[in-house]
Amino acid sequence: MKSAPDRRTPRWRAWLLLTPMIAWLVLFVVAPTAILLVYSFCERDEVGRVVFTFSLENYRRVFDPIYLRIFARSVGYAGLTTVICILAGYPVAYCIGRAREEWRHRLLLLLMVPCWTSFLIRTYAWITILKEEGLLNGLIRLVAPTATGFDLMYTPTAVVIGLVYAYLPFMILPIYGSVEKLDGALIEAAHDLGAGPLRVFSSVIIPLTLPGIAAGTLLVFVPAVGMFAITDLMGGARVPLIGNVIQNQFLVARDWPFGAALGAVFMGLFALTYWILLRLGAREEDPA
Amino acid sequence: MATMVHLRGVTKRFGTFDAVRDVSLEVGAGEFLTLLGPSGCGKTTLLRLMAGFEAPTVGTVEIGGQDVTRLPPYRRPVNQVFQSYALFPHLTVAENVGFGLRMQRVAAAEGQARVREALALVSLDGLDARRPHQLSGGQRQRVALARALVCRPKVLLLDEPLSALDAKLRRAMQLELKRLQRQLGITFVFVTHDQEEALTMSDRIAIVHEGRIEQLGTAHEIYHRPATRFAADFVGQANLLEARVLLQDEAQVRVSVTGGLELTVPRAAWPAGAMKALIAMRPEKVHVSRLANPAAAPAAAATNLFEARIEEEIFQGATDQLVIVTATGTRLSVVVANESAYGEIFHAGDHVSCALHADDLVVVPAE
Ligand SMILES: Nc1ncnc2c1ncn2[C@@H]1O[C@H](COP(=O)(O)OP(=O)(O)OP(=O)(O)O)[C@@H](O)[C@H]1O
Ligand SMILES: [Mg+2]
Repeated sequence: MKSAPDRRTPRWRAWLLLTPMIAWLVLFVVAPTAILLVYSFCERDEVGRVVFTFSLENYRRVFDPIYLRIFARSVGYAGLTTVICILAGYPVAYCIGRAREEWRHRLLLLLMVPCWTSFLIRTYAWITILKEEGLLNGLIRLVAPTATGFDLMYTPTAVVIGLVYAYLPFMILPIYGSVEKLDGALIEAAHDLGAGPLRVFSSVIIPLTLPGIAAGTLLVFVPAVGMFAITDLMGGARVPLIGNVIQNQFLVARDWPFGAALGAVFMGLFALTYWILLRLGAREEDPA
Repeated sequence: MATMVHLRGVTKRFGTFDAVRDVSLEVGAGEFLTLLGPSGCGKTTLLRLMAGFEAPTVGTVEIGGQDVTRLPPYRRPVNQVFQSYALFPHLTVAENVGFGLRMQRVAAAEGQARVREALALVSLDGLDARRPHQLSGGQRQRVALARALVCRPKVLLLDEPLSALDAKLRRAMQLELKRLQRQLGITFVFVTHDQEEALTMSDRIAIVHEGRIEQLGTAHEIYHRPATRFAADFVGQANLLEARVLLQDEAQVRVSVTGGLELTVPRAAWPAGAMKALIAMRPEKVHVSRLANPAAAPAAAATNLFEARIEEEIFQGATDQLVIVTATGTRLSVVVANESAYGEIFHAGDHVSCALHADDLVVVPAE
């Protein structure tokens, strides 16, 4: 008679258990997105209040060359950041993933330790390193007293350094995940079949850790495009990125509908990227 | 027969633990050699030393007359079939098999032909486009075999390649492996902890125990003339009896074994000068017949005759396993063939007479 209560368990109980999660999703994901979408079709009056009408004007403005250029620049910065994160993060992830069991968790912990400090404080720390009278130039002058040093602050380089620093862990963790899952026997089998270290890397290790790289790319690229705090602090808003523009529409220009349209387009593009990556991933898994 | 693999005084130390201790071993070209031993005895380590995944702490490894001790695995003319098969999950069957050829930069057309040939050799035609996860265990095993064989290694190393298969498939693969080895003439070094598998397939067997090679010989030698207590105990079943000398002349030694039974052993088999040794008695070497029918016992000068009572009888289909106890109290395990349903049937409690040829007793020096 054990199955009887199971069968009689009403559907609503299962729904009841799911309620907190559904509520969370509705409150923090669905509702804001819906509001954003609604606003993006509205207009604003002279003082910045939202006027509820239906207009495609905001979307027309989004595709203005000025914004397209900013958008392209944002994608470029985020792309560069992603590439640097892969190049710098992969070796780290690989070493941690292939380290001995008892070492792995300690090394991962080291990776997380900086995150216990506020993100803004860490970004300010970078400013003290990169500014003209900062740590980096101090060290350079210590070695070569006549050197002029670099004036990195408020340059694109500083922005990319800041972005790489902020997002590197998000690249390392998923790659680590797939490296850790990699069966050591496969590497040995490749060696056994005549592959030297480089060819083992290119024809076995890379293909098998590709899902980790894809996940890391998603976790780094998408937020990096929209990032505004780092561009503000380290780029001095001299090179506005799309994140800064959106932030401006909401906080400075008080043009919420236009900001919403920018955000919506932005989101649509990411959904598209995500979908493409997912399709690629699926093709990897199961080639029909 | 030319030597293909030659280990000279090889020791492998992990930390403070010697997994392989001073092993010297020669494997002939075209030979099927099996490393047989219990779990943890160092079989895999020996194989990894040959493949190049481990470097010996002491000693050298030669393959085909060339010292390869310092060569990495990808420069050695050997290939391995891994216990877990280690097929590349992101490649198709054909790509898996062709992997080694691509690494050797074999021309594409020739490579394809060789892949097809290798797949046909292991009866896997038509599955080239599948991925490893779409194959059964036996098929994966064949892919692993084809992947190693297609490289035409001088030596093929196999680490318990059949252990994941069910009993029936396993027997079929044993015969197939043996056939392939004969057909291709490649030297096989095969690792197993299954003594039956070792006896079935090998030209020679090396009994590995605690990092040492305890005995090296043909299946016959290992089974009928085990050199140590461990070898006698590990391969096949054996009654192991402590023996003490009672009397001896130029031809024979009369001994008393555990439990008080007295046996006669040929003088030549007994270790010179020793008063004690170990006797290994295979269960099927004891001929059992009913007391009422003494003529059935093959009597000869060198035959030990004694009487016993059946304590236990276990029917095993083709054979009957009996536990018998002699008048003095020596307990022995014996096996009798169930030749005919109308033949002699033994039951617990029956009194029987036993005959055992002295030459069938194996004497192992006491440790
Ligand atoms: N890398 C290593 N580090 C430390 N000890 C090891 C290492 N590899 C093997 N050993 C030890 O060496 C011994 C022999 O191991 P090996 O794998 O050769 O055994 P095996 O005979 O293949 O056993 P099995 O039948 O279980 O596979 C074991 O006690 C094992 O714990
Ligand atoms: Mg092993």
